[in-house]
Amino acid sequence: MPPSNSTVAENAPSKISFRLKGGLFPLTLLDLHHYTPEQLRLDLGAKVAEAPGFFQQTPVIIGFESFAGDFRDLPLIELQEILREHGMIGVALKGANSSLEAQAQKAGLAIMPANTRTTPVKETLVEPEAQPEVESESGPEEASSAPTPSALSTASKIVSTPVRSGQQVYAPGGDLIVLAPVSAGAEILADGNIHVYAPLRGRALAGAQGNENAQVFCQSLEAELISIAGHFKLVEELKNEHWKQAVRISLQSQALCIDALK
Amino acid sequence: MPQHNLTKQKRGISTLAKIIVVTSGKGGVGKTTSSAAISSGLAMRGKKTAVIDFDIGLRNLDLIMNCERRVVYDFVNVINGEATLRQALIKDKRCPNLFILPASQTRDKDALSQEGVEKVLLELAEDGFDFIICDSPAGIEHGAFMALYFADAAIVVANPEVSSVRDSDRILGILQSKSRAAEQGKTVEEMLLLTRYNPERVAKGEMLGVEDVEEILATKLLGVIPESETVLKASNQGTPVIHDEDSPAGQAYADAVSRLLGEEVEHRFIAVEQKGLFSRLFRRSA
Repeated sequence: MPPSNSTVAENAPSKISFRLKGGLFPLTLLDLHHYTPEQLRLDLGAKVAEAPGFFQQTPVIIGFESFAGDFRDLPLIELQEILREHGMIGVALKGANSSLEAQAQKAGLAIMPANTRTTPVKETLVEPEAQPEVESESGPEEASSAPTPSALSTASKIVSTPVRSGQQVYAPGGDLIVLAPVSAGAEILADGNIHVYAPLRGRALAGAQGNENAQVFCQSLEAELISIAGHFKLVEELKNEHWKQAVRISLQSQALCIDALK
Repeated sequence: MPQHNLTKQKRGISTLAKIIVVTSGKGGVGKTTSSAAISSGLAMRGKKTAVIDFDIGLRNLDLIMNCERRVVYDFVNVINGEATLRQALIKDKRCPNLFILPASQTRDKDALSQEGVEKVLLELAEDGFDFIICDSPAGIEHGAFMALYFADAAIVVANPEVSSVRDSDRILGILQSKSRAAEQGKTVEEMLLLTRYNPERVAKGEMLGVEDVEEILATKLLGVIPESETVLKASNQGTPVIHDEDSPAGQAYADAVSRLLGEEVEHRFIAVEQKGLFSRLFRRSA
């Protein structure tokens, strides 16, 4: 539309051209152990063959924390070239020494501070395929804050008796699974998800510590209140859709979304 | 072996006698009426039964059992050691197996101590009682808590209306979290007794139906006592309604006692009765 275009043009000089925002993004770390161009080509080729769909313009950080060879023998430009051949773009160096950092400036690579703990870095290298799934399904926050699967399962709480009016059940740091009715006037809370395999008539608060990816599942939605990370709906609103049905409730763009379970 | 004796004594109460609390949370739903009827019913079936009034300060059970003039010593006197249990227990005139331990009218609920209540229950159990029925006061305060603390089973009395059902749910929650059984990781057996049930008003949608209440409370149904004038009349006369074998309420209580003793009895008085000639005539004249 011409009128709005002219408005933008007039305002443009007074407006700042960008906005800086912080973000946490999962990145693949290529932890280099030793380097010869032939060996690297061979190994990368084998890795890419395992998951051909994964390495497409994929940004990688090149890590030198467990590098055994001589840094002076390492031509960064050549390394960058080999990575690009295999669908990866080196974006930064990590744990490099000062001579490499000088090379990095010429190659246009960013420099990241070295990690004092080396073990988790190795884990990332072992299972790089797992990362894109995390990214696409649950977003970057979860990937960075998600506890290991074993820690999650031990924090889950299973309740097999009815949760009565006036009772409160809380699963700190994990999921709450209730196998009996939750009465009106009862309150169930979890830092993670809430599952109720019976009618849910009381109040259910998932993501009690603010986890917006937490969800509520129940076999019959008859609740007084449902809350996920502080975003809630009361009975009057809940009654409008899927009342007394099996549902899954999630938080989508700051609003509770109720879907029927089939 | 002294050690063996000690353990036997510690578990003594529940292994010797079954302690049943009659509770509801809400007042006026028929706890005392039900306590009187069920304890009488158990005694009529040959079980040695004691019924204890925990409603200290608002003594009622003695009136309903028609023994108010025979109260000399009470529950609090026994707890305080001012009387022996034998002196305080009143033998029922109709059932030789039934004994009543009345509440104190001049004290309040704080007179009940946990140790004192345990001492009395243990003494009753050792005295050969099969059933100890604890008639709980309304509310969820100290008196109600003392009545349910030592229970093996609970008869939760509810009327078919939402506030009573909500309160029953609350008391069931307390029962399964604060009682001694709960503290030991055990569960208290729950039984629902629905009183003042009127199938015609249920059909009209004025009252909750049996299924509704059962579904909300998720508890085994012990019995449904139909709303009846005979219940009030029996209370006023001091004759537990179970003795009125012709009345539906008396029969419903007798059925509940049978179920309490483990028998399978079909539920009656739940559906609307078919209108016969007699009831139609009766309705016209009413």
